[in-house]
Amino acid sequence: MKRLFLALCLAMAAATAAAMDPDADDPAVEARLVELAKDLRCLVCQNESLAGSQAALARDLRREIRVQIRAGKSDREVIDYLTARYGDFVLYRPPFRPLTWLLWLGPLAFLGIAAAVWYRLAARRPPEPMPSPDRLADAERLLEDRHP
Amino acid sequence: MIPELGQFALIVALLLALVQAMLPLAGAWRNDAALMSVARPAALAQFGFVLVAFVCLAISFMVNDFSVLNVARNSYSRLPELYRFTATWGSHEGSLLLWVLMLAFWGAAVAVFSRRLPDAMAARVIGVMGLISVGFIAFMLITSNPFERQLPAAIEGNDMNPLLQDWGMIIHPPMLYMGYVGFAVAFAFAIAALLSGRLDAAWARWSRPWTIAAWTFLTLGIVLGSWWAYRELGWGGWWFWDPTENASFMPWIAGTALIHSLAATEKRGVFKAWTVLLALTTFSLSLLGTFLVRSGVLSSVHAFATDPARGAFILGFLVVVVGGSLALYAWRAPRIIAGGGYSGFSRESLLLANNVLLIAALGAVLLGTLYPLVVDALGLGKISVGPPYFNAVFVPLIAPALFLMGIGPLARWKNGRLADVAARLKWPFAAVLASGFALAFALDEFKPWAALGFCLALWIAYTVGLAFRDRLRGGGDLPRAFWGMQLAHFGMAVGVAGIAVVAAYSSERDVRMAPGGSAELAGYTFTFRGAGPREGPNFHAMRGTVEVSRNGARVATLHPEKRVYTASGMAMTEASVHPNFFRDVYVALGEPLDDQGAWSVRLFHKPFINWLWLGALLMAIGGFLAATDRRYRLGRAASRAAAKLAAQGA
Amino acid sequence: MKRWLPLALFALLAGFLAKGLFLNPGEVPSPLIDRTAPAFSLPLVGEPGRSFGPETMRGQAWLLNVWAPWCVSCRQEHPTLMQLARENRVPIVGLNWKDDAREAAALLARTGSPYVAVPDDRDGRVGIDYGVTGTPETYLIDRDGIIRLKHIGPITPAVWRDRFEPELKALGL
Repeated sequence: MKRLFLALCLAMAAATAAAMDPDADDPAVEARLVELAKDLRCLVCQNESLAGSQAALARDLRREIRVQIRAGKSDREVIDYLTARYGDFVLYRPPFRPLTWLLWLGPLAFLGIAAAVWYRLAARRPPEPMPSPDRLADAERLLEDRHP
Repeated sequence: MIPELGQFALIVALLLALVQAMLPLAGAWRNDAALMSVARPAALAQFGFVLVAFVCLAISFMVNDFSVLNVARNSYSRLPELYRFTATWGSHEGSLLLWVLMLAFWGAAVAVFSRRLPDAMAARVIGVMGLISVGFIAFMLITSNPFERQLPAAIEGNDMNPLLQDWGMIIHPPMLYMGYVGFAVAFAFAIAALLSGRLDAAWARWSRPWTIAAWTFLTLGIVLGSWWAYRELGWGGWWFWDPTENASFMPWIAGTALIHSLAATEKRGVFKAWTVLLALTTFSLSLLGTFLVRSGVLSSVHAFATDPARGAFILGFLVVVVGGSLALYAWRAPRIIAGGGYSGFSRESLLLANNVLLIAALGAVLLGTLYPLVVDALGLGKISVGPPYFNAVFVPLIAPALFLMGIGPLARWKNGRLADVAARLKWPFAAVLASGFALAFALDEFKPWAALGFCLALWIAYTVGLAFRDRLRGGGDLPRAFWGMQLAHFGMAVGVAGIAVVAAYSSERDVRMAPGGSAELAGYTFTFRGAGPREGPNFHAMRGTVEVSRNGARVATLHPEKRVYTASGMAMTEASVHPNFFRDVYVALGEPLDDQGAWSVRLFHKPFINWLWLGALLMAIGGFLAATDRRYRLGRAASRAAAKLAAQGA
Repeated sequence: MKRWLPLALFALLAGFLAKGLFLNPGEVPSPLIDRTAPAFSLPLVGEPGRSFGPETMRGQAWLLNVWAPWCVSCRQEHPTLMQLARENRVPIVGLNWKDDAREAAALLARTGSPYVAVPDDRDGRVGIDYGVTGTPETYLIDRDGIIRLKHIGPITPAVWRDRFEPELKALGL
């Protein structure tokens, strides 16, 4: 299934190659496009960004984004345009809302737990006194002795 | 005949694995030397039969036996010989066989190199490895038989996935699986220790070289995969935080924590329960990765073709192995005696800090990888968690660990004091901070993350130098383990510097290029000389010629290709790269744009990208040195004595 | 108690993984469900000079089937669509997505057309407005022009029975 899908993506890319939008000449628009598209997901070929994907749909979406950037839309407006059509699924950076609180705050909690664990185990543990010279000597002998 | 022989060998291997699992474990339980002595020969024989099965599959691929379904689906008569061989592990079934082969290999290696282990310990370790083999061979025979025939035979094969037709892919899976599966040894040692109740410094010493060896392979496997993606996917990315990549990265993080925690357990008898838990976790994450990649629960660029029966089987296996081992841990943990004390700024304490930070970072990666699945499973919709999330949460968690990496090796065991370290390091720290920021300012544009990266890299590199000076001044020799650790740490410094630069200062352009036209990027001039057809063994290609020059001086002539593979009809972008120590110049062909020979072309400038691969290579070399330290090759008697001592002391 | 924590966490994880086996990560829900179908006006394949917009279909429920002549899965669902057209169950509009109008007309002439109209979305802009990710995809739009259902992938008799029929019943059809 996966391979079929990929093949279809590529077939589509080939089928529409002639209609492809040639490179936009405005480097400022391109820079913003790349910045935006890096954080957006190509819907067709599963886990690839819109910036990297060569799928036809990704190219169309890049073209749409270019048009919107040229029309003076803000990043926010461009992203809203896409989520209105494709849902939050296109966002590689999930928005911070109740559904993703755990996602965004989880790592912070992990850091807190890590610090607490370390503090409990390490910071409050006094070193035990050195073993007596006798025991050290025993240990040495045991190590030396190859035929116990 | 050959495929049937292979299948037969696999069935025999399954039976042998059962023997390898049951008898020695029973023997260790009943203290029966005869039963325990079965372990080694059974492990060796199992490896022999799996090897036969693997060779049979490889032969089927080499002779283009399209009556074997797996061969027909994943190979092609016009595929070059080398790729016909590597196609053996190019499919789900074949890669599983490779996995089983690696597992049997590690089992056999334990059988050969464990002569100095107490018999009961060796029997338990080999027995547990046998149990894992049983699971995987059964999985293969039941759901994913690589030798399945189809009648009538196909006339021609469907070809290997073109993405895999690259020599990075030849060695990436074997290395990766050696790493994944190698952690089974650490896992088996942990289970054996829990079963016997013998959790001591000797146990840590035994399992340490195996763990480091597995980690070394995994490091190589991951970096080869990244290098492959960089060159083969055609858009200059080298790490995407894709679920499949995370599946290999999570055991790596846990394994990194494990080798450090094992060091503390071996040297000082501390963190025993934690170390055991980490050993269980690391291999569990390898299994989880297998499940994620092969069950289709997450969508990924490089997942295998999926089938629910397979997912269900692996999940069942996962529940038995991981659930069972964690239950065993919960049951036996109270028996673990806490180790000696240490001060708040001792090496133990710093290793612990490094461990908890690594585990927190691991937790973040796991959370991000599984969150879409959890949201979907709760019926709350579909979301994506991608690189922006992982970069945002991973970097802040790992940066302090990298900072501590500089201090840890300089702190004393047991009685280290903050004041000592601070007195030594405060001026160097200031110098590192100043030069890190100065470096970032010296580059064309100041980027804070790059400055952080430079500071951390310089910091680690400086402290590595300091550790060498201390050693040499102290008149001590430089054992391999010391070289290994320092080299691995230095490799990390090199890698961090590479990541900092490549992430902050890469540039790229998508340009329309007509023959004779040129474009500028990062001071380089790219002149397009047109594209012409070229015939490959199993593909047609359009091969472009791009001349790269800088200030009028010729740098390189690059030949990116756009290929269409004959059998599958898949199109592939074959990038062309001119590397040097400080940067890659990278060109990929897009699409033809008109009848006059104009193409869309992607140009990349990737500064310091090769430092990344170099850093990882240094880490792997460090791992190799540490795993082969003389201490681990001592005679049987000496290690017995050490074990006895440890048992008494702890 | 602490020692049971790893096992408890794993049990939770295993539960989600088990549930995950029954989910399809590729199936992305559309945010357009229960929203008004986006307006457009496109030329019709094979009927030069005439154009089509969703407002034409007001007052009746209809299917918007996104397809393309090169698409293999679309041929797979073609018989099912033909059957629906014969039964006059619901009118089907076939959006020709990003492909040549002449090829579309030729293919329909050869295989028969289940469509009441075939608007031509040459550059895929309308597809983007509908959140189309590939072909085939099918939208069920009600009398008031509200999208009630989106199906990704070919329509089989089973899909029709399990997904579309209940929704049509709910619409009183």
